[in-house]
Amino acid sequence: MEMRFKIFRFDPEVDKEPRFQSYTVSAEPHHRILDCLNKIKWEQDGTLGYRMSCGHGICGSDGMRINGVCGLACQKLVKEYEGTEVVLEPLPHFKVLKDLIVEMDGFLEQVKRFRPYLISTSPPPEKERYQSPEDRKKVGDVIRCILCACCTAACPAMDENEKYVGPAALVWAYRLINDSRDDAFRERLKAVDFKDGVWSCKNYFECTRVCPKTIPVTKSINLLKREIEKTFPERSH
Amino acid sequence: MVFKHDVVVVGAGLAGLRAALEVAGNADVALISKVYPTRSHSGAAQGGIAAALGNEEPDSWEWHMYDTVKGGDYLTDQNVAEILAQDAPRAVYELEHFGVPFNRTPEGKIAQRAFGGHTRDFGKAAVKRACYAADRSGRVMMDTLYFQVERKGIKAYPEFQMLDLIFKDKQVVGLVAYELATGEVHFFHSRVVMLATGGYGKIYKTTSNAFANTGEGLYIPYRAGIPLEDMEFVQFHPTGIYGLGVLLTEAARGEGGVLRNDAGERFMERYAPTIKDLAPRDMVSRAIWTEIRAGRGVGGKDYVHLDLTHLGEKKLAERLSDITSFVKIYLGLDPARELVPVQPTCHYMMGGIPCDVDGHVLGDKHEIITGLYAAGECSCLSLHGANRLGCNSLLDLVVFGRRTGLQIVRDLGRLPWNEPPENPDRATVERIRRIKERKTGEKVGSLRSSLQEVMTTNCSVFRHEETMEQALLEIRSLQERYARIAIDNKGLKFNTDLLDALELEALLGLAEAVTVSALNRKESRGAHSREDYPERNDEEWLKHTLIQKKDGEPRVFYKPVTITRFQPKPRTY
Repeated sequence: MEMRFKIFRFDPEVDKEPRFQSYTVSAEPHHRILDCLNKIKWEQDGTLGYRMSCGHGICGSDGMRINGVCGLACQKLVKEYEGTEVVLEPLPHFKVLKDLIVEMDGFLEQVKRFRPYLISTSPPPEKERYQSPEDRKKVGDVIRCILCACCTAACPAMDENEKYVGPAALVWAYRLINDSRDDAFRERLKAVDFKDGVWSCKNYFECTRVCPKTIPVTKSINLLKREIEKTFPERSH
Repeated sequence: MVFKHDVVVVGAGLAGLRAALEVAGNADVALISKVYPTRSHSGAAQGGIAAALGNEEPDSWEWHMYDTVKGGDYLTDQNVAEILAQDAPRAVYELEHFGVPFNRTPEGKIAQRAFGGHTRDFGKAAVKRACYAADRSGRVMMDTLYFQVERKGIKAYPEFQMLDLIFKDKQVVGLVAYELATGEVHFFHSRVVMLATGGYGKIYKTTSNAFANTGEGLYIPYRAGIPLEDMEFVQFHPTGIYGLGVLLTEAARGEGGVLRNDAGERFMERYAPTIKDLAPRDMVSRAIWTEIRAGRGVGGKDYVHLDLTHLGEKKLAERLSDITSFVKIYLGLDPARELVPVQPTCHYMMGGIPCDVDGHVLGDKHEIITGLYAAGECSCLSLHGANRLGCNSLLDLVVFGRRTGLQIVRDLGRLPWNEPPENPDRATVERIRRIKERKTGEKVGSLRSSLQEVMTTNCSVFRHEETMEQALLEIRSLQERYARIAIDNKGLKFNTDLLDALELEALLGLAEAVTVSALNRKESRGAHSREDYPERNDEEWLKHTLIQKKDGEPRVFYKPVTITRFQPKPRTY
């Protein structure tokens, strides 16, 4: 079938303003949107800029806005868009470097501010630290995060508060807060307990809707809020 | 610009990250990566990491070593396999201490499951040796190590593509890299370059590999005259999603999944009666193609079925949720109820840059190339021999990544800062200029698909002199046509058009090295299966292939295999 694409273009070397460019490619229903992008770039227009790597939703490179919804181009199939013109745009809330390529450093900084690594106050044992399957289960959903940034890009709360750390950073905080092997539980909870932290989340659920790895993002943030209130009953906000 | 670091690690997958962690604090170390560091291909590893922890069943490192040697069809250097198997438990505990969220046994230990070719009592039955985090083991390991590297403040240069290695009197001076965001060509002046750039599965049409896996990390030293080792050994993973090549981990069979042909028969019983569907990858891949060729592919087509329907939704959700989601997304099937069409897919390269067990890169006289190190899939320690066992790759990365880092620290005291030649980036700048200046010419994309088609048709699971001669002819004609390519994009920022063009040079060079090495090995061993020489021939071929560029032409020579404990014997399962 013929697929029509309208793609956001912006090359700061030559463009004063962003523009849209249209392309038509032939595709099969089971092809990925990423396959179409590759066809456009390899056969029609080598100037098009986007990121990709693994092609099956593990590396997280090809996050973009597809017909208004953030997602991975390698996870969306042509048949889902049959008969429509597919509009491809860069992730919202991110600085566009070129076309569909956005700046990722700021996003990663937000994740890093919550120290996304295990903090242990005791020296490591000779073998593994024990962890019950039930405790391990508490992080089973959030360890699916691939840092693709779709959740943070899709979040309407980011419009209301540009200083909001964003859902992805909180998912990583959740991961460590709920890791029974970690010894920084209270400090970590305190670290997300501020206006631009968990409290900027207003339960729009967009993060959960778009997450390519089906992580219950909003629920995790709400659990963090509840945990803060439970752990620090004296606090007021 | 010129950047200066004691140590530059190229590639930020597991091997590079683990090595950098070891060097940090001892010297100034930087990582350069052609993708964002969290996008490296180690993250695609699903099934797990092998270690004889004995958490679920009795196990021993000797059995692990034996399995590795036998799995490699005795081409494995046994001193290397011994280091791997002995060091494995320490390496896994270390990952656990770093924070990797492994699945757990009821008593809270690291859980383990069965994987292809891993056995107890030297081959008697399958054993649970693979430590895992659902079916995203590679991704969580990589994220864990990446944030450890960040914690140590190691400098990373994301989206920098290595384009040349600079030597002076056969000693490393540094490397030339292209900054994707700006189009600038930089010189990295260093005392050490460590290559950890992964594989190059993109020489084939159907592959589980990322688009980024195009092999510059091997090709650039090869172009500079350093040999490559055992390049004919290319692993095809038996269960790629039909048509797409997306990997469905061997853990699916480790957890009890079985392969079925058109008649619904569990055909692996005929090929490997003891461990059946858990036979090593080379054997299962051949079995699938043999079924297909005998007309027993499903519906007469070129695929078979992976049957997971009896595992139950709970097990699929807890241990195989990623592949369940792949099958749902790409095939619209529910593996809890429906059979999944699969076909072997190019997965892993056993060959690479020859190294000793401490990561020193070796030249054609087996001498150490001063200042150059390698680890991971781009290297060849002769650990995986003619066929790698599942879960030995993640282990290889962290065991030998660490050893390489340790060795770099030991060596640094006597490694000099070599004076760079004038304009070390001149050849690279010139190459880019030539490509950009050509106004009309062939497109990179069509040339690359022709190459992938040629390799898939003529030099994949089964090989024959005639088909490989044909492949070589076509590769050489493509190399000639490569001189006339042109690109649309003449810009500077994120010029992936240019990058594609530069990558294709590597793909063509490596495809030639694979084919020439394969043509010369007149026997069948591990993943190298010749229809015209169907038997393994230890008398003449128990040796490693080395291939080197000499005056533009590939020259093949050999070196012996190190055998310590296990004498070669027929490989049956």
